Amino acid sequence: MSRTPILMQGNQAIAEGAIYAGARFFAGYPITPSSEIAEECSKKLPKIGGVYMQMEDEIASVGAIVGASLTGVKSFTATSGPGFSLMQENLGMAIMGEVPCVIINVQRSGPSTGLATKPSQSDVMQIKWGRHGDQAIIALAPASVEECFLLTVKAFNMSEKFRVPVILAADEIVGHMRENFALPEPGEVEVVDRKKPEVSPDEYRPFEPQADYVSPLASYGSEYVFHITSSMCGPEGFSNNDAEIATWKIDQLHKKLEVHRDEIVETKTFLMDDEPEIVFITFGATTRVARAAAIAAREAGTKAGVLQLVTIWPFPELEVIKYGSNAKTIVVPEMNYSGQIAEEIQRLLGYNADIRRVNKYNGEVITPQDIMKVLSL
Amino acid sequence: MAITGEKFLKKDSLPHMWCQGCGNGVALSSLLRSFERLKYTPQDTVIVSGIGCWGKADDYIATNALHVTHGRALPFATGVKAVNPDLHVVVLMGDGDGVTIGGNHFIHAARRNIDLTAIVVNNYNYGMTGGQFSATTPADSITSTTAYGNPERDFDICTLAEAAGANFVGRSTIYHGRLMDNLIKEALSKKGFSLVEIISPCPTHFGRKNKMKTAVDMLNLYKQNGVTKDKYEKMSPSEQSNAILIGKLVDKDAPDFNTRYEEIRQKAI
Repeated sequence: MSRTPILMQGNQAIAEGAIYAGARFFAGYPITPSSEIAEECSKKLPKIGGVYMQMEDEIASVGAIVGASLTGVKSFTATSGPGFSLMQENLGMAIMGEVPCVIINVQRSGPSTGLATKPSQSDVMQIKWGRHGDQAIIALAPASVEECFLLTVKAFNMSEKFRVPVILAADEIVGHMRENFALPEPGEVEVVDRKKPEVSPDEYRPFEPQADYVSPLASYGSEYVFHITSSMCGPEGFSNNDAEIATWKIDQLHKKLEVHRDEIVETKTFLMDDEPEIVFITFGATTRVARAAAIAAREAGTKAGVLQLVTIWPFPELEVIKYGSNAKTIVVPEMNYSGQIAEEIQRLLGYNADIRRVNKYNGEVITPQDIMKVLSL
Repeated sequence: MAITGEKFLKKDSLPHMWCQGCGNGVALSSLLRSFERLKYTPQDTVIVSGIGCWGKADDYIATNALHVTHGRALPFATGVKAVNPDLHVVVLMGDGDGVTIGGNHFIHAARRNIDLTAIVVNNYNYGMTGGQFSATTPADSITSTTAYGNPERDFDICTLAEAAGANFVGRSTIYHGRLMDNLIKEALSKKGFSLVEIISPCPTHFGRKNKMKTAVDMLNLYKQNGVTKDKYEKMSPSEQSNAILIGKLVDKDAPDFNTRYEEIRQKAI
């Protein structure tokens, strides 16, 4: 990263990341704490041949990005919890239609209007299960301004590569945080474009079965003519309610993420080389706090380290088992009541595992002291 | 050679799923003839449809198509058009899809004046789910959820589109075939948001419950009550309440969204 570092906000880095990844269409509805992403796009996209649209609501926003993406233009939207709830309907359509697009959710407190607009990490399960029907999703959680940028690029890359919508699960803390960050030069970070059809237009089917479960996607306006539907459909993309087709389609939606699991799942470790007895498992902003707690624990004479779940969905099961099984104590700090990530870890490590939860849901940030309290060091 | 629209018909999807006496097939053939008249191609045309009986029409059309969630066809179509102004984007919605669940999108698409053509087939009820009342069901009508009569007032789709800023608004009935052809052709040719409302019989649900036993009864009623603007304006309010105002109702040339966006974009660069 050769440019001069500048003081940049997380939300601004997300907008920069999207543009770097090739996004040229943003459709959204303003909501704190994500609005800076829209503002940034409204300024930048017109200058580079892109289009910024402010829609009538978040339902329309996802509709518009799916429509635009099908013409071959990388598209995205940004919102927070209340808006994300509205987006679920057409996010389901994007999953069913296998349409690449990116949705940024800068999480805030709820339920409903909640503690507008204090930070929260309580949309973990909404991201995974918020839509009706059964489907898989990719979600990434940045913990710094640099990760806001890099994970936005990664979100686009994965959406293009696997023909799926991808969620960037940011939170108010990283979204509004300012840090020094040098924007990468073009070419410095990999940018992936979707697989285009190589068959003749007569032979093309938008959901042609592939060994890697990712069918090439043509664009509206090209020589290829194709049909995309929210209904259950076979390879040709037309509504089909046969039991065999339904099984094939649902398998396809899940398997495309299962077979590419290793490419999708990313974790980071901090002070984990000496098999620490205490392992903090974190995602998003709380990662930063856990790092400070790990240092404090080591200063108090106890080996501690951090496993950061960069990818939260699909859940990094292998990594949690690898780093969590030998730890004496696992600590999971998260800004929600129910321990949405802790429950997943408990599921993997068993209900006898010593998993200590640190939950804060009053709009205040979890502090290293909050974490140390459950350790009685 | 006669204009049939046949090359736009996806024959391997036939027979269609619509009931006997439904107007959807008539509206579909009119739309496909218009495509042929305007020399559209399957490549340069995108049909966007929502959920409902008319929303199934994309299954029978051999152009690009995007069949989406209930009420949301216009936002999807807006995305397609916003980044690819060269495409002909045609949105097929019923009265439930278009102006009931999708009412908010409808007024904003018209306000934005995005260059889409919305073909709203209005059969005054939710046919696919069994004939419940929609936002266009006339007051006092009997439907499967207004057993004693509809307590609500109905939307006038054309007035709504006009008030929201559409460049082109027209209404036909399934009976007025030539008018329907002309309105659709003109709407497709118009830059900006254009709407054609087509009043269409649903004998299975709406007709049967409201003293119009057959599709023929319903078409006769359209024939009898369909009046153009000149005639309509001379009618008394009570005569107007029974009439169906048909014909071209709005024809303007306000700049469409893409044109305006490009104008504004020039200030940015």
